Amino acid sequence: MERSSYKISPMGDRAVLVQLGDRIQPETHGWVRALSIYLDQHPLPGMVEYIPAFTSVALIYDLMKTTYLEVKSRLEEILASLSPSAAATARQVVIPVCYGGEWGPDLEFVARYHHMAPEEVITIHSEGEYRVYMIGFAPGFPYLGGLPERIATPRRATPRMKIPAGSVGIAGTQTGIYPIDSPGGWQIIGRTPLHLFRPHRNPPSLLQSGDRIRFQPISPDEYAAWVEEEG
Amino acid sequence: MSITVLTPGFLTTVQDLGRIGAQRYGVTVGGAMDPFSLRVANLLVGNEEGDAGLEMTFTGPALRFHQDVLIAITGGDLPLHMDGRLLPRWRSVLVKAGGILRGSGMGKGSRAYLAVAGGISVPSVLGSKSTDLKAGIGGYQGRPLQEGDVLEIGKPSPWAESLMGSLHDFPFAAAHWQVSPKMFSFYRENPTLRVIRGGHFHLFDRASRQKFFREEFLVTPQSDRMGYRLTGPKVNMEKPYEMISEAVTVGTIQVPPDGNPILLMADRQTTGGYPKIAHVITADLPVVAQVKPGERIRFQEVSLEEAWTEYRLRERALKQLAEGIRAKGNG
Repeated sequence: MERSSYKISPMGDRAVLVQLGDRIQPETHGWVRALSIYLDQHPLPGMVEYIPAFTSVALIYDLMKTTYLEVKSRLEEILASLSPSAAATARQVVIPVCYGGEWGPDLEFVARYHHMAPEEVITIHSEGEYRVYMIGFAPGFPYLGGLPERIATPRRATPRMKIPAGSVGIAGTQTGIYPIDSPGGWQIIGRTPLHLFRPHRNPPSLLQSGDRIRFQPISPDEYAAWVEEEG
Repeated sequence: MSITVLTPGFLTTVQDLGRIGAQRYGVTVGGAMDPFSLRVANLLVGNEEGDAGLEMTFTGPALRFHQDVLIAITGGDLPLHMDGRLLPRWRSVLVKAGGILRGSGMGKGSRAYLAVAGGISVPSVLGSKSTDLKAGIGGYQGRPLQEGDVLEIGKPSPWAESLMGSLHDFPFAAAHWQVSPKMFSFYRENPTLRVIRGGHFHLFDRASRQKFFREEFLVTPQSDRMGYRLTGPKVNMEKPYEMISEAVTVGTIQVPPDGNPILLMADRQTTGGYPKIAHVITADLPVVAQVKPGERIRFQEVSLEEAWTEYRLRERALKQLAEGIRAKGNG
């Protein structure tokens, strides 16, 4: 694969932003992963932490231990020798989802919007494979790529005050899972019994940037059994 | 060793220097809005700079201390009394068992910090004791303090024990020395904040770029630990810009399509999808933390080199202060 062009610039006085592309696509994200994996294995001197996103990686540094120019030149060296092949070994994670009913109050709306039966929406949503592009917005919240256009649906006109943790939603061409109770405008089509945010475990997020995920439809009974098991 | 919360004040939370290292999992950094003040408070009671203390917002709480304890109050000038006497700030203070600290209304600045020798003892979550209000983790049961809460405190350092042994008055006794006011002379109302350009600065139209530095912005009541919403001159892009979400940091000033900038603070989300016009320099973040809704702020552009120099000067001054305080234990 051709090495992508990149841009390194200061983000405030103690962070560096590495932009690895300007489009949300698997190739660019492969570079985001490759750099992230490199930084996991070889933390730069003075690095506090890094934050991967769709097309960029931000690196926070300790001004008392390093300088912007040092960090920038190290990143340039790394990027010159990095190859996205390191990104090939993505994890696969299956997310059980109870679709519709009280777990997915907007499934009917999404089906009507596309002139489909609710079962068809479930089939399309659970057939695809999704890539976790980024964790952000809330602890453990995955931004997923790969939603089939056929079920892309606009956000709700009026956001809900409280969406329960585990809710699986659609917003435009995105799909995602709410890790904690929060307000939001996504169309909620189902709910997973899995805890996406696990503050007492390491790492605290079930999903990580780069994971490939599938949704597995489960029945309300199976949902209840999972909930018991998950605690 | 404990403190009982009699009334919580407007918003009192347990905070340390933040939850570092989990932003890649979407976990908010949080921590003290004014880390400078928390660090100094901790130094004054013989703690590590990053130990957990209380952040008191706008109005102070009422707290009962159940044993003799060394405390220090720093940060915003919220009036805090004990037995009708104003507690001194920026100074080590011995509080006797049974003493009740009471906040009485608003003062200058937004946030005061209370450190106790030994630190506030709550479980660490993801390496920090900070309260994350949105995720409901850390601090005291992941929430603001409420009436009846009992806060455990840790074991004071030998330095603190030694200083406590030399202070005797009732109901409290202040050390005869204090932090030099020069150390915290940078706090001011309606401040001009130094910023460096953000990555999207050039995408704003010419008039907006000029107004951003020439005119003043009002800090609206929709401002909290997550960020300050500002109104004033509208700041517009040259043309609509769909940006891909990327990391943000404390001090980032992003501008949503309505043209009203948002200055991100301790409890910001880890990523954002609005263009970044500027970043407040790290050295000026304690000043921002003390700004109240209703105050006006201005932005002044400085170079990155100046931002770095200011930061290092501040850190050096803190280091000297820490050494000076430690030396008081020997004499």
